[in-house]
Amino acid sequence: MSELIVPLILCGVGAFALVRRCDLYPALVRGAAEGLTTAKKILPPVVVLLSAVYLFRASGAMDVLVRLLSPILTPLGIPPECAPLLLIRPLSGSAALAAGADIIATYGVDSLIGRTAAVMLGSSETTFYVISVYFGSLGIKKTGSAVPAALFSDFIGALAAALTTRLF
Amino acid sequence: MLGVIWTVLLAVSVVFGIATGRVGFLSAAVSEGAQAAVTTVLSITGMMMLWCAVMEVMRESGLAEKLARLLSPLLKRLFPSANSDTLSHLSANVSANLLGLGNAATPAGIRAAEGLRNSPSDLTMLTVINTSSLQLIPTTVAAIRASAGATAPFDILPAVWLATLAAQVAGILAVRMFHKGGKPCRNSSSR
Repeated sequence: MSELIVPLILCGVGAFALVRRCDLYPALVRGAAEGLTTAKKILPPVVVLLSAVYLFRASGAMDVLVRLLSPILTPLGIPPECAPLLLIRPLSGSAALAAGADIIATYGVDSLIGRTAAVMLGSSETTFYVISVYFGSLGIKKTGSAVPAALFSDFIGALAAALTTRLF
Repeated sequence: MLGVIWTVLLAVSVVFGIATGRVGFLSAAVSEGAQAAVTTVLSITGMMMLWCAVMEVMRESGLAEKLARLLSPLLKRLFPSANSDTLSHLSANVSANLLGLGNAATPAGIRAAEGLRNSPSDLTMLTVINTSSLQLIPTTVAAIRASAGATAPFDILPAVWLATLAAQVAGILAVRMFHKGGKPCRNSSSR
């Protein structure tokens, strides 16, 4: 059944667009071009950041970080191996992508650690970037309760990601 | 900010490398990381382009608009100070986020933020909702999973939805708690 989801979505969207008499093909190509722009945009920061992540891992510092955070994360049900992703997620989207891809490659895409990392990556946003965009666009310097509320939401999201990954 | 993190990561690594006697692996790791970045991004590019194409069709065909109309009653309750104009920007923002249309979500969100300028609690609500925005199809992660050889790249969907929902509810409750008693300013609707 789950193998059918992707072809069904593609099919459904295409049929819906045709029924609505939308110019389907140019929209597809335009969207794909936008996807290429996005990929082009994330490549440079990912190159810069992933080399640092690899160095950090090779030096043994990553193991120490994981061991340090393990007494806090393990009781919460979060695999300590996901710590680097957890720490960088609110700060940078491309760094999180680099950290997440690294965890998935290191521990296996279908392992519990790899799956938890994927769910964390898919269920969160670059919190500080979002706050700076919205408050920055209005020229408001005081973000008030936005940062604590957003970080609380991120924390609950990470807990829920670890929990739901185990459930499904 | 990231420059500082990057430098700290490197400095810590060098110190650790020397302390643990792994100096020999360090320069190899740097070039491996740079190469792995290119491989990773390249291997997810095709899938990202395809999904962006699908999302563009969803937007173009009015599916996003339909979704926005469905969301409007819920948003009215979350943003008491929003007038109808602001509400439509809010709906556009949330529905674009749902479909993963980041490029459409941010401009709509900024226009909504302008309408909420006079209500700190509503502005905070908009921001916090956007920091944990629910995405129906998390395409980038699915692409990473597919390129890493996952048996079913999309089988994390229910877990992603539930986790985001939990984050979203926690964020909404937190904003409500922080702004308890603070009356929303309704001036923005009379403009």
